[in-house]
Amino acid sequence: MEVFADAWQWLVDPQNYVGEGSLLQRSLEHVGYTLWVMAVGSAIAIPLGFYIGHTGRGRGWTVGITGAARALPTFGLFLYLVLVIGVERREIAAVIALVLLAIPPLLAGAYSGVDQIDRRVLDAARAQGMTGWQLLFRVELPLALPLVVGGIRNAVLQVVATVTLIAYVGLGGLGYDIIQGIPLRRFDQMIGSAFAIVVIALLLDAVFAALTRIVTPEGVRRAGGEDIRARENSRR
Amino acid sequence: MGWVLDNLGLIGELTLTHMGLSLIPVILGALLSIPLGWLAHRYPPARGSILSVVGIFYTIPSLALFVLLPPLFGFSILSELNVIVALVIYAIAIMVRSVSDAFSSIDPGALRAATALGYGPWQRFFHVELPLAGPVLLAGLRVVSVSTVSLVTVGVLVGVKSLGYFFTDGFQRRIESEILTGIVMTLVVALIFDLALLALGRAVMPWSLLAAKRLNQEVS
Repeated sequence: MEVFADAWQWLVDPQNYVGEGSLLQRSLEHVGYTLWVMAVGSAIAIPLGFYIGHTGRGRGWTVGITGAARALPTFGLFLYLVLVIGVERREIAAVIALVLLAIPPLLAGAYSGVDQIDRRVLDAARAQGMTGWQLLFRVELPLALPLVVGGIRNAVLQVVATVTLIAYVGLGGLGYDIIQGIPLRRFDQMIGSAFAIVVIALLLDAVFAALTRIVTPEGVRRAGGEDIRARENSRR
Repeated sequence: MGWVLDNLGLIGELTLTHMGLSLIPVILGALLSIPLGWLAHRYPPARGSILSVVGIFYTIPSLALFVLLPPLFGFSILSELNVIVALVIYAIAIMVRSVSDAFSSIDPGALRAATALGYGPWQRFFHVELPLAGPVLLAGLRVVSVSTVSLVTVGVLVGVKSLGYFFTDGFQRRIESEILTGIVMTLVVALIFDLALLALGRAVMPWSLLAAKRLNQEVS
């Protein structure tokens, strides 16, 4: 148990908050990579998911690929990409590997968000004279949003966890002190960093949990028909 | 290709090790999450707290867990037990909610009918509830199995050998085909586990073939 006391000492040591490789810098790097990956991943997967949900095209392979992608070991893929792309461009390898990790949950959220909308609602909107774009932005998007954000939440969770591993090739993030500490048996910095990652992961998850509630349209909330969180989780 | 042919023995050995390391968490995770999920389903006041505790565990990154567990449980960080315990925790975190949903999705009429026919609580659980929840349980178990097989590879960072060894070793020696072998074999192991679970489901629940297919599509 005293290792936890050491880890706490390490966490509160003012030395770890200044200069190169400080805890603060590592945390910012960690969150920075996560946000980058989420931005790229969302730009690819959310429109694609909407398209699939809207048209129903490619539904079969979407389900197949998102299932199979879960088995892909991101750490191995990352190291492979580093060798192929080149060590000097390892940031790009990291972003590609992590984007591939983020796409399946994002795609599933966007696709199922549109897919679960009651067809009668869409028919009613069309009957009121809405154009295709109006339908997309004023009916489908708001109704799909809770599940889309749920997908983002799942993706963030996995990306935050996996950014830890990119330190293996000397990139930053909070994994740095863990991976560097293992051969040195520096349990204080390993456990301290692990603790910091857990805190960041929990904070980000709480933010997206709150966001899921906020984006649930008033009408859906009042109808109270479904527990969005339960739906989103059963998809994991 | 040359590397693969020269190292067939090692590939076979690590594949088997990897299967062993994945099998225990999948089995233990299933055995532990069924009673936990059932409790969450049966006692609504407990549901919230069980599911949120489990949700927090799901949030903890694997490498962090590999580092945090040894001092808590008193085993070496290099121990295989470390990876196994961490993965059991993840298996429970993923599965408890689907177990609870599986039991909640059973038609209460079927349960009342069983009680009316004179089934005791245990009998009812094993002969009515468990079989009816089976297809959803299987779908949850397949998710657990796939993610466990993939997560075992991370254990190599704390020194637990698995197919993940090919990632770090291949990277240090700059052998692309070695890393690729690790990736492909991990996918193969995941596929074998998935097929085994499907076969198991078909054997114990022959009636639910169609239902399982449908649910699996929904889950993924």
